[in-house]
Amino acid sequence: MEYVNPLTGFRVDGRRPNEMRQLKGEIGVVAKADGSALFEMGNTRVIAAVYGPREVQNKGQQVNSKEALVRCEYRMAEFSTGDRRRKPKGDRRSTEISLVIRQTMEASILTHLMPRSQIDIFVQVLQADGGTRSACINAATLALADAGIPMRDIVTSCSAGYLCSIPLLDLNYIEDSAGGPDVTVGILAKMDKVTLLQMDAKLPMDTFENVMELAIEGCKAIANYIREVLLENTKQLECQRG
Amino acid sequence: MRVSSETRPNPSGFGHVLLGFLPFRTSALPLHATACYSGEGPAPLRAQCASSAYLCSRGPQRAGAMRDLQLSLNQTQRVRLEAALHELQSLAPAAAAAAAVTVADTIPVNDEDNILKGHGTSDQDGEVVATLCGVVERVNKLVYVRTLRARYKPEVGDIIVGRVIEIAPKRWRLEINFSQDAVLMLSSMSLPDGIQRRRTAVDELNMRSIFEENDVICAEVRGFQHDGSLHLQARSQKYGKLERGQLLIVPAYLVKRRKQHFHHLERYDVDLILGCNGFIWVGEHVVVGENTDKIEDKPALSSEVENFTPLETRKHICRLANAVRVLSALGFTLTVELIIETAEASVSSNVEINAMLGAEFFVHTAEAEAKRRADLLRKKSGAR
Repeated sequence: MEYVNPLTGFRVDGRRPNEMRQLKGEIGVVAKADGSALFEMGNTRVIAAVYGPREVQNKGQQVNSKEALVRCEYRMAEFSTGDRRRKPKGDRRSTEISLVIRQTMEASILTHLMPRSQIDIFVQVLQADGGTRSACINAATLALADAGIPMRDIVTSCSAGYLCSIPLLDLNYIEDSAGGPDVTVGILAKMDKVTLLQMDAKLPMDTFENVMELAIEGCKAIANYIREVLLENTKQLECQRG
Repeated sequence: MRVSSETRPNPSGFGHVLLGFLPFRTSALPLHATACYSGEGPAPLRAQCASSAYLCSRGPQRAGAMRDLQLSLNQTQRVRLEAALHELQSLAPAAAAAAAVTVADTIPVNDEDNILKGHGTSDQDGEVVATLCGVVERVNKLVYVRTLRARYKPEVGDIIVGRVIEIAPKRWRLEINFSQDAVLMLSSMSLPDGIQRRRTAVDELNMRSIFEENDVICAEVRGFQHDGSLHLQARSQKYGKLERGQLLIVPAYLVKRRKQHFHHLERYDVDLILGCNGFIWVGEHVVVGENTDKIEDKPALSSEVENFTPLETRKHICRLANAVRVLSALGFTLTVELIIETAEASVSSNVEINAMLGAEFFVHTAEAEAKRRADLLRKKSGAR
């Protein structure tokens, strides 16, 4: 199947190889949570809710009492994919992605400022169309910033692939299931440091560098967008407060 | 038995309508959906180098306005609300909007050497970088970032309202809106009989008769423990268990520290306690010093003939509570005057108590506040 049309250069959904899907970020969607956000990348919709810092619920889990405990849970709603999912939570993929998101966010949260407390990040995928991992990380960043949890930097994530010998940015589900390589990168935007790097399948080294560069550029574009959303939200809250 | 903070039971919620979860692009189109999501096929985003990232134009997110109440506004109401919020934004001092920062923004400082970097800032490569979203405040040489929606930041002497979650040996653990639970020692609590004496083992066994789980308590911050959690004290008569009323939870930044946090509204015969942690108590007025009388009365009430709160007082409590809910949903700083004004506006416009949480009163309150601030500004500039 041709994922990139050789004549026009368009992908299956009409994008160019270096174009991202449309982004939308919204803060404050879960009233009860300390911070929450809804993030969309094209058709992939993800909601994140952050509770914290609050008292540690399970003292046994608290390893280091000088830092906050960060917990993360990733779930996909049963209706998020085409076929109704059987196990939305306990399966291996969800556990792995939970761990990945937790490690990514923990690298950015200044946990030593909140000792003996716990920060819970709950991400739920409402619509899955490829790139759920990245959308979850972006949503979690928005939610953490909304909750007023100090972070080193904005963490953003984007995926890129390599199909028909062309690096493609932000794969959707069709391109993802093509079986080609899929590189997911998560960076601290301003400090320009990589906190997450995952890849499926194989790539030769020089191609890998190109694909990773493309993903990092996508991350930076998302970071700009997230920054705008947060700034607008802050200004609005401050103006309304009086 | 520890009650987790998620399953917080709701006390006497007359007129309490908590509309919880978010709408998914319902036909009512609540205000916080982006105004300009055109919805025509994917208009993709070009990934260029970060300095000139091109984004398709997106209208401003009205995210903060309606976090807690999910209202369906019709077209005119939406227009009015937009106009009122726009006016509020234009009335706000320009300096406040200019000083807003997000995570990882550089904070401009003049005097690089002697700057004290306060909360919410960190030093990266010699620049002062914000670690929180908020507004930059400068006090002499101190630069810090004041967050908006973060958890409560306690200070010694604050009056707070909390809920008991656990009874531990010689202490109660309270949930206040902080990163850890607060501790109220048995010795920091005045005994029911009012005598000052050493707490014995019998007192420890009878702790449950003073406060139980899920009781709402008013106390004062005495200090910090070694592990960072709060130490409370409730020795005076005005502190203690709060009954016959409603507990409201609002973001802590909406309650400013004032001289007076206990307000007795004579007109309504209602007590209003604005806890600094964002827990607000609206309840029937209790005469301070009635404790000793209560103990003698209790054995006399053999059959359960309690005196209920009169209906009028209950209505006033609900009206004030709903006024607080509407104001906190709009994000306005809560002061006693504003709460009373909103409650009276609802009475004068003949709004039913449960209709106060509806769309019309919401929009009306926003407009009234915009007008009030405009008048205040005019008066200030006129006086100058």
